[in-house]
Amino acid sequence: MNFSLQHPVPPVDQVGVEARAAFFTKRSLKNDAKRAGLRLAVSMMDLTTLEGADTKGKVSQLCRKARQPMPARYGCPPCGAVCVYPNLVAHAVKELEGSGIPVASVATGFPSGQYPLELRLADTRHAVGEGASEIDMVVSRGAFLEGDFVRVFDEIAAVKEACGEAHLKVIFETGELQTYDHVRFVSQLAIEAGADFIKTSTGKVAPAATLAVTLVMVETVRDYFLATGRRIGVKPAGGIRTAKEALQYLVMVKETAGDDWLTPDLFRFGASSLLLDVEMQIARMEEGRYQNAEYFAKG
Amino acid sequence: MFWNEMKGKKTTPDLTFAAALDYAPSPETFPVTLKKRYELFIDGKFVAPKTGKYFASVNPATGKRHTLIAEAGKADLDAAVKSARRAFEKTWGPMAPSERGKYLFRIARLLQEKARELAVLETMDGGKPIRESRDFDLPLVAAHFFHHAGWADKLDYAFPGRKPAPIGVTAQVIPWNFPLLMAAWKIAPALACGNTVVLKPAETTSVTALHLAEIFQEAGLPPGAVNIITGAGETGTALVAHPGIDKVAFTGSTEVGKRIAAAVAGTKKRLTLELGGKAANLVFADAPLDEAVEGVINGIYFNQGHVCCAGSRLLVQEAIHDEFIARLGRRLRTLRVGDPLDKNTDVGAINSKEQLGRITSLIGSGIEEGAELHESSCALPGEGYWCRPCFFTGVTPAHRIAREEIFGPVLSVMTFRTPSEAVQKANDTCYGLSAGIWTDKGSRIFKIASQLKAGVIWANTYNQFDPASPFGGYKESGFGREGGRQGLAAYVKPG
Repeated sequence: MNFSLQHPVPPVDQVGVEARAAFFTKRSLKNDAKRAGLRLAVSMMDLTTLEGADTKGKVSQLCRKARQPMPARYGCPPCGAVCVYPNLVAHAVKELEGSGIPVASVATGFPSGQYPLELRLADTRHAVGEGASEIDMVVSRGAFLEGDFVRVFDEIAAVKEACGEAHLKVIFETGELQTYDHVRFVSQLAIEAGADFIKTSTGKVAPAATLAVTLVMVETVRDYFLATGRRIGVKPAGGIRTAKEALQYLVMVKETAGDDWLTPDLFRFGASSLLLDVEMQIARMEEGRYQNAEYFAKG
Repeated sequence: MFWNEMKGKKTTPDLTFAAALDYAPSPETFPVTLKKRYELFIDGKFVAPKTGKYFASVNPATGKRHTLIAEAGKADLDAAVKSARRAFEKTWGPMAPSERGKYLFRIARLLQEKARELAVLETMDGGKPIRESRDFDLPLVAAHFFHHAGWADKLDYAFPGRKPAPIGVTAQVIPWNFPLLMAAWKIAPALACGNTVVLKPAETTSVTALHLAEIFQEAGLPPGAVNIITGAGETGTALVAHPGIDKVAFTGSTEVGKRIAAAVAGTKKRLTLELGGKAANLVFADAPLDEAVEGVINGIYFNQGHVCCAGSRLLVQEAIHDEFIARLGRRLRTLRVGDPLDKNTDVGAINSKEQLGRITSLIGSGIEEGAELHESSCALPGEGYWCRPCFFTGVTPAHRIAREEIFGPVLSVMTFRTPSEAVQKANDTCYGLSAGIWTDKGSRIFKIASQLKAGVIWANTYNQFDPASPFGGYKESGFGREGGRQGLAAYVKPG
């Protein structure tokens, strides 16, 4: 390994980090804490559709949902962002006009990243040109696993430059990197290359986000902040389906990086089906009983 | 090393652990009823003490009396020992081992069924967080009965060619830090091997042992197989000295352990002792830092530090001392201290006023001897017995807080430069119960572990227990083992 970071990383013990992640699932959020947590989770949600079958109609539905997830009486905030493929960015921007909700676009040859760098940069510039204010790029896992960290670093730096004003989220696809040591290292590498956010997964590979993988990433941004004063965001994506899980992530963030990270500016959920369960829990808290799932719009 | 570049660099950024997403109170609401008073359990029945006396049992989280416990006298003791002798000779001793196993399995299942209720009682009576009594104590209590139920008819395989036979009537005296778990560690192997028991719980935590007695009744355990007598230290002393006893098993302080050893010297009584500790947690510069911090936190603040194998001395390699202490300090700020029945509580109440006094006085000695105190800033409840989790830096091996067992949430931090210095400092104690090693290097784990004089050594983890794994100490931490085949050895003799 001939690559050295400005802030090298300590090793991660698999058993220990998984035990620590499991600890957060033991926390019990009740009443006001739960109410606040559920609404915070909605405000952090990158409502996502990333299918070959996506159409303008599908994106319109999603944008409508993001603007107002629930009837006004529930006091539920809008979602954090809408995340789509580059082809649908312009349409999403139009649909979200005036809402203040940013449009995020996956780019750089999502989800594999196995394309020449020029094409990946062009992909990025195109998405930004269409109006995306957040770019979710994928790192070259192949290069990382080959040990070519310089290439991974340089690619992220180049994409950051191509983003211009847009925020850069760097997707690791932790399910392909497999070890926590890899996750800790690539997190540090991406941050130093210019990432504004680090993100677990594309949602196309299992396992996607886990509490333990996200914990390692939150610990990295915490340590980077303590060393430099600069705050980086974290986005677990894929596989988070229930309100209960979302609250466990918030507990983990609160107890690891502290209050400052409990904002959509620094923590996001990448999810397509999570919102429905969170809505049902919010309604249950307000009405005092579970509602029929059919009362909630699915799209 | 990794963190060299950060040394000496003043990092002003800090984390905030305050009001965001503040957890609302989340008390465990499972309904339990404490009896107005608890009687002795002799010969399968709950009986009033012949002394006619009862003493108060206090909920340490409120400091208020919550029930009364019978005080056993000489006549009660005689009755309990006599009943145990009768059961050993007539029912439990001669019973086919496979039948004994069935009773133990039944007890284990009943423990699982009543786990929530017992966890709440354990927390109310002893002050430990409900998360620990629910997720640690009770599952392990049941596991010990299940494990030893399986051994009951397989002792010939544990001691091949030695025709293991039970010893007779055992006197078991247990401490207040894990009341039910210590009862299980003692009773399960004794019964599995065909012995009968007279158990004396600690004065401050008798309640759950007597609920365990109800489970024995429900399981139909033959009268006298287990007797439970309650009282203060003198009751324990009288039990140990009773001529009708064949074996003494004690878990508790080294001071009392020495007195017991003296009392049984010259008798034919067998003895096992599980006593105090002053365990070292060794953190090397290449350790997984975040996980090591968790291990150190868990090692010392688990059960308010009322743990004989607590990692109460942190030995950290000098190169990472400042970095590690900074991490430890931040983590200390997130510990939640308070109502033990709240499901989000990490550190509960100190078990008794007396113990709080002992801890406070040792903290005072640390300050007096020049060590630097780092305390959690958390608010403490107004009533009851509480101690802020804390650690001392600048501790040297000569400090009292580096030598004496504090048995509270107080950690003493020292440094080492080389592996040999680490080993020397870790072994520089009269105790030898447990130790922890934190390093990413597997070969170092084995090398260091072989040089540490401690009965249990954890690597990159701490406080892991299993009924199949023997537990016990070197030096003044006692002798004999509990758990596993080695633990059975204390309850059999060659037939």
